Amino acid sequence: MAPIDKVEGRAIPLGLKNVDTDVIIPAHWLKTTSREGMGRGAFESLRADTDNLFDRPEYSGAPILIAGDNFGCGSSREHAAWALGDLGIRVVIAPSYSDIFSGNAVKNGILPVVLPQSAIDRLLEVAATEPIHVDLDTQTVTTPFQDRFTFEIDPFRKMCLLEGLDEISLTEKSGAAITAYEQQLDAARPWMRPAV
Amino acid sequence: MTRPRTLYEKIWDAHVVERRPDGTCLIFIDRHLVHEVTSPQAFAGLRATGRTVRRPDLTLAVPDHNVPTTPRRDAAGNRLPVADPDSAAQLAALEKNAPDFGIRYIDAVAPEQGIVHVVGPEQGFSLPGATIVCGDSHTACHGGIGALAFGIGTSEVEHVLATQTLLLQPARTMEVRVEGAIGVGVTAKDIILHITGVIGAAGGTGHVVEYTGSAIRALSVEGRLTVSNMAIEGGARAGLIAPDEVTFAYLKGRPYAPKGADWDAAVAYWTSLATDPGATYDKTVVIDAADIAPSVTWGTSPEDVVPITGTVPDPASFADPSKQAAAAKSLAYMGLEPGTRMQDVAVENIFIGSCTNSRIEDMRAAAAVLKGRKKAPGVKWAIVVPGSGLVKAQAEAEGLDRIFIDAGLEWREPGCSACLAMNPDKVPAGERCASTSNRNFVGRQGPGSRTHLLSPAMAAAAAVTGRLTDVRELID
Repeated sequence: MAPIDKVEGRAIPLGLKNVDTDVIIPAHWLKTTSREGMGRGAFESLRADTDNLFDRPEYSGAPILIAGDNFGCGSSREHAAWALGDLGIRVVIAPSYSDIFSGNAVKNGILPVVLPQSAIDRLLEVAATEPIHVDLDTQTVTTPFQDRFTFEIDPFRKMCLLEGLDEISLTEKSGAAITAYEQQLDAARPWMRPAV
Repeated sequence: MTRPRTLYEKIWDAHVVERRPDGTCLIFIDRHLVHEVTSPQAFAGLRATGRTVRRPDLTLAVPDHNVPTTPRRDAAGNRLPVADPDSAAQLAALEKNAPDFGIRYIDAVAPEQGIVHVVGPEQGFSLPGATIVCGDSHTACHGGIGALAFGIGTSEVEHVLATQTLLLQPARTMEVRVEGAIGVGVTAKDIILHITGVIGAAGGTGHVVEYTGSAIRALSVEGRLTVSNMAIEGGARAGLIAPDEVTFAYLKGRPYAPKGADWDAAVAYWTSLATDPGATYDKTVVIDAADIAPSVTWGTSPEDVVPITGTVPDPASFADPSKQAAAAKSLAYMGLEPGTRMQDVAVENIFIGSCTNSRIEDMRAAAAVLKGRKKAPGVKWAIVVPGSGLVKAQAEAEGLDRIFIDAGLEWREPGCSACLAMNPDKVPAGERCASTSNRNFVGRQGPGSRTHLLSPAMAAAAAVTGRLTDVRELID
């Protein structure tokens, strides 16, 4: 996973609320056994409009997406994060996310920034003409107009994103603790093993 | 004297392998359900890193999303191929990955095959007090038997396969208490649609919701699974309903459930999990069961719920400007005008099925309305898709398949079907579907499809009249 620290560039001012994972990547794009090429199906229903934001030249390759409340709600499909990544999105800025989506995003090197709606409104305005700067280390979002918004992020997630960490390798270091737990579980609740 | 704890806190505490200084916990996963759509990349990841599955005995794989619901064998009993090459490749990948990694596997033609969230409880593989995950957001379903169950992404699928654990932050807790008796024609589906309308699609974000109160206690296990299934539509990653005698009676004797003395020990443990008197939730919402009518959705978010006696709302009636914009967009997509009576909305398609509503009780509820009736001429496509081969066999033993077929509906093989447009069952663009599934998102049932979520009895009523209908008009 590619580490992430500072991201600067144009931000797609989507702004919509409750953008669900079927909108981000419709189910028929999920019939694959690889993680690649999902960007082609990203936001398919929105991109059916000729004047959609995603296909405007000024937002081509934009690394940031700005959205409304509850971004990524719906299904658990990690394909949504893969699709955003394939589009070149490294940061999403929204007032809130579905729990599953924000976890999937972080595991794919995409930073989900949480800012209040008032900040989102201002950023949507700026994004129409100017680039936006996101700094994970200092937890700030800034604009060329001296706007400065700070955001909170779980320290573990921040570390994973900054260092591009593989979570499985990290957990494997706890192998002995997992074995100890399994032994204690077998002693305390042996019936938890499936009966057949 | 220990601090009073909620059901969620008790299950969480019992699964902590390690607690990190920042509060993140390594949580042991008791059951991992796997299907063909969200697992191929996880297995590929294991292969690429030379990892194995730590606990194949706690992992169960079953194909459901892509499988066609048309017959799977020809007259001579030979397996029929899956026509769509991409679907066939995904199904073949699971069929290979399961034995390669030593995982229990129910194949597409096995009598037990079905939707993973129907199969888990039905086989007794899902148990109260267990942590259960699956690469599917409707894993919340298993909370109906008192399991802490939630959907995960593919990276987490790989993480669980490799380590049998997940790194998680504890959730906040939310109680949704539904008190009183539900009225005639009102079902578990109406309860959860109503709840979603009240709390909103993001109302439970960051929370695990425990459903409590006399209306929830009065539900069968099938009804509880329906309620908890849609916890995710209210933003909560997991739902929970405390296990009780109803739960135990449902699980006893199921193939993977504990037997003999183990069973007694298990019941004693499960009984101890109920939320302690004096335990507190971060948030509580109280709903009067008498306020719940047979319900339908009008828009493209599951929070867009009205009673069947209601009308399509005016976007201007919402206080929040972003909701006004979303509602206007929804109505344009749905082809609806504000003020239209929901009962005047004609439907061309009927879908009775999905992990929300495809259990035997759902089949019975739909059949009770359809018995001796015919589908309306305006209904072009109406399918009934049982949630598993065992549900199908039970329904056929009760003669329910004859009722559906005589009414002009199709009786299909088990699978996810028209819930999500990944298999041949799709709703055509611009057409409406009265659907017992869980999501009315744009394009969910096929590009341009228009979904109205409702209960199996209400879907059956719509099949009879060809429009969204108050089922109370068709029952005594």
